[in-house]
Amino acid sequence: MTAPDAPPPPDAPGTEPILSASHLVKHFPVRSKGLLRRQTGEVHAVCDVSLEVHPGETLGIVGESGCGKSTTARLLLNLIPVTSGEVHFEGRELTALSRKEMRPIRRDLQIVFQDPFASLDSRMTVFNLISEPLRIQGGFKDGGRTRVRELLDLVGLKAEHGNRYPHEFSGGQRQRIGIARALALDPKVLVLDEPVSALDVSIQAGVINLLEDLQSELDLSYVLVSHDLSVVRHLVDRVAVMYLGRIVETGTAEQLFGSPAHPYTQALITAIPLPDPQKERARERITLKGDVPNPIDPPSGCRFRTRCPTFEEKLTDGERQACIDDDPELIDRGQGHPAACHYADARQLV
Amino acid sequence: MSEIDATRPAEPPGASGQPDAEAITTEERGQFKTVVVRFLRHRLAMISLFVFLLILAFAFLGPLVWPYDHTIQRDVPASISPTWEHPFGTTSAGNDVFAQVMRGTQQSLKVAFTVAAIATTIGAIYGAVAGYFGGRVDDILMRIVDVILVIPLLVLVAAIAGATRGGTSWYTIALIIGFFGWTSLSRLVRSVVLSLREQEFVEAARAMGASDIRIIFAHLLPNTAGVIIVAATLLIATTILAEAGLSFLGLGIQAPDTSLGLLIENARSAPFTRPWLFYPPGFFIIAIALTVNFIGDGLRDALDPRQTLVRR
Amino acid sequence: MSSVPPDAGRPPQRDPDVVLEVDELSVAFPTEDGLVHAVRGVSYQLRRGEVLGIVGESGSGKSVTSLAVMGLLPSSARVTGSARIVGEEMVGLKDVAISRIRGERVAMIFQDPLTSLTPVHTIGRQIGEAIRAHRKVSKSVARDRSIELLETVGIPNPQQRVDNYPHELSGGMRQRVVVAIAMANEPDVIIADEPTTALDVTVQAQVLDALRSAREATGAAMILITHDLGVVAGQVDRVGVMYAGRLVELGAVDDVFYRPRMPYTLGLLGSLPRVDEDRGHRLTPIVGTPPSMVNLPTGCPFAPRCPMMESRCLEEEPALFAASGIEHHAACHFHDRLTDDTAPTDLFDTAAADSELTGEYEEQP
Repeated sequence: MTAPDAPPPPDAPGTEPILSASHLVKHFPVRSKGLLRRQTGEVHAVCDVSLEVHPGETLGIVGESGCGKSTTARLLLNLIPVTSGEVHFEGRELTALSRKEMRPIRRDLQIVFQDPFASLDSRMTVFNLISEPLRIQGGFKDGGRTRVRELLDLVGLKAEHGNRYPHEFSGGQRQRIGIARALALDPKVLVLDEPVSALDVSIQAGVINLLEDLQSELDLSYVLVSHDLSVVRHLVDRVAVMYLGRIVETGTAEQLFGSPAHPYTQALITAIPLPDPQKERARERITLKGDVPNPIDPPSGCRFRTRCPTFEEKLTDGERQACIDDDPELIDRGQGHPAACHYADARQLV
Repeated sequence: MSEIDATRPAEPPGASGQPDAEAITTEERGQFKTVVVRFLRHRLAMISLFVFLLILAFAFLGPLVWPYDHTIQRDVPASISPTWEHPFGTTSAGNDVFAQVMRGTQQSLKVAFTVAAIATTIGAIYGAVAGYFGGRVDDILMRIVDVILVIPLLVLVAAIAGATRGGTSWYTIALIIGFFGWTSLSRLVRSVVLSLREQEFVEAARAMGASDIRIIFAHLLPNTAGVIIVAATLLIATTILAEAGLSFLGLGIQAPDTSLGLLIENARSAPFTRPWLFYPPGFFIIAIALTVNFIGDGLRDALDPRQTLVRR
Repeated sequence: MSSVPPDAGRPPQRDPDVVLEVDELSVAFPTEDGLVHAVRGVSYQLRRGEVLGIVGESGSGKSVTSLAVMGLLPSSARVTGSARIVGEEMVGLKDVAISRIRGERVAMIFQDPLTSLTPVHTIGRQIGEAIRAHRKVSKSVARDRSIELLETVGIPNPQQRVDNYPHELSGGMRQRVVVAIAMANEPDVIIADEPTTALDVTVQAQVLDALRSAREATGAAMILITHDLGVVAGQVDRVGVMYAGRLVELGAVDDVFYRPRMPYTLGLLGSLPRVDEDRGHRLTPIVGTPPSMVNLPTGCPFAPRCPMMESRCLEEEPALFAASGIEHHAACHFHDRLTDDTAPTDLFDTAAADSELTGEYEEQP
């Protein structure tokens, strides 16, 4: 493998990345039931993932359930230990740090969760929820109260909401509380793990707009993890598409949505239904057969080959052998951005 | 175990007074209020609560106003049947049984609540630690619980009570039962914490840099409050019965002090000849055990989020 | 095509082409806080072979409406109005009579296939049982038909798969098995309630294909209930938009998507991020949250969130008025103020903050 792939695309900011990951690997052991709990296998959740997040930009990580996108997000935050690989934040390597050493860095790296119900402790008032990071990090005494009020205002809630409990709020409001909590420590990078997928459409739009506004106001870098390509398209500068633990394609939003080159990205984009009847009827659709293989025993070579329409329909037996034998590298094969497909072929689909 | 679902916690007490209820157009009930409403609707639990309060008053306020106390007294005639003066009669030694039952109820309740406090504290923390850390820590802690569970409580108390010659006071008994009676509660709390720790709010705390101690005490234990309260009420009922059993066997509280179990032990030859010596303490044991159990049932139902809101 | 007179969903006389006719259907559930009016006077017709999409957000009553049609509501629910499947009244029908119609005339597909499949029998046996419940055929005939049905819904190697148990199949495959069961008796109506919500997009595409094959093979009309406007756009002939227990807009899919006449529909379309629109595009959230279904205020239920709200909206709940287009209806007093050129941004604010009214929220039971 070549060193940290995904060279910054032409229009990426020319600055140093604020957060980067190189060759991240995460395997979860699968244990037998019973007293001995012997390890019987490993789930290959994340395999050799390298990413870069630049100051002020939004990186999207997309993929379907089980592709390893949420695990990658947690590895970036050092919330779970890596199997191998490194994460650098402002030049500092994180994976080797102890929990204590990690604590001050957590001020700068925060996360917003998917489930606005499960992510807020329902026994705490909104005020206590939002001030908790300040208490933990020791910044509550000077101006904590004012800060909470500021934060509530920032996310579009009122100061008097502080006395209420999460269950008194709707999903969208709870998600705003979660965002306020994540912003309490004035972080530099915010990981958004499916921040709107639990919300109704009309509410979701408000949260998306809020995230956009906060980014420009506070100069935040986002890592957006989502299965919803529409939301990703709307929010991100650059995208990494994941399939079965690997990044299969990466590039700017324009490159990826405008000229996707990996057959999986193409299928993913055409599978997203458009709220536009005429376009929807006229659209070319690339349908995938079958299901995602078991990550305990991923296919040899290219992990996508078992469902790949190109492999199935277009390739000769000789060409297929390459897919079976060699894991395609994530490199630019002339399509303008890196894709992990031996036969990457950019197409325009939307 | 699984019927008690405490993943949805009880409301902290502060929620009862909602800050600006007027601003809420549709009537949004606080969780605490919902729990209270549900509890109030549980008729058996409400009756039990009322009866239990009467018993408490009887045991703790009664001795203050009743002219006799539980010890042998000169002016008390021996071996009489119930009269207005001595509603439960007197013993052959000259104790007023009514006063004895008051004292016995008081002692039994003190033992029960002390045990509940000790066992709940140990059990909750132990279970939360095992559940939160999981893995090897959990394995070791739970094997210890298994070992404690196979030691029969009776044998243990007999051994310790035998060692402390000259009578066992109520707190010795309470400490012994308490220090060995937390195991089932710890298992219960552990199982709830095992599911709670996978929830995002725990991960959120970790992402803020919260310590394990903070996560356990500020997040996990408050969220298991429902289970803990219910288990504690059940513990009170079982302790009353356990103490009665031990005293009956002569291993518990000793004369001249008394407890409900001891009263029954003393009257064991009397059920048919002088029933007033035997039945009142028996009735109080059953009444306390039943009422506390029903109150626990009511609390459990009221705290169970899966309880439907629809009237049936 | 029969034309529907304005202000009423009922045709002058029974149209033989209509396979499902819902008329002033209302459903209320008693709760601690009072009656929850989940569905309030919904009327629509479904013609033979037609696909009607019902869209709405959570709690809009879209699922309850169909459960009422299927007779699947809990006994505490109070159902009034009428729902006729090929002329047969379903509301108030006894369980025995309903189960005769279910499967034979109408079939339902739920969001979670595991609720529809029993884990202890092979899928072949379950499809076979569905067939044999309504037809006297031998087991081997039923099995052959099961294989055929599995093939129709796009399950590879149906000869082998027929002997699998549900847990041996993936989520997408299970849902396709449910589709196969639904079409087993060639019903007149298939009701699909969020059939793809729990699935990944690429699998969703497979299940939508299976649904289309099922329609083509049986000629059944279909009701597709979903919160996803994208799914609706590509699959249906007509759309009904539900809000606070009522249909607030009903019409041909192109009319509703390109020429909406109800501000709610317009706002909903404007609040959707789209994969064919990039970053510069600003979304239009709808302020506030849906009203409580317990104490609905008088007037239009959308009024508190509506940028076009006037005093009349608070006094009088609008009926479904005939709007432009064929059979296009919208429940808005001022539907004629919306033109074909009205963009969501003309009406709705694109602000992010303070986008929800507070305290009006109530969890749906």
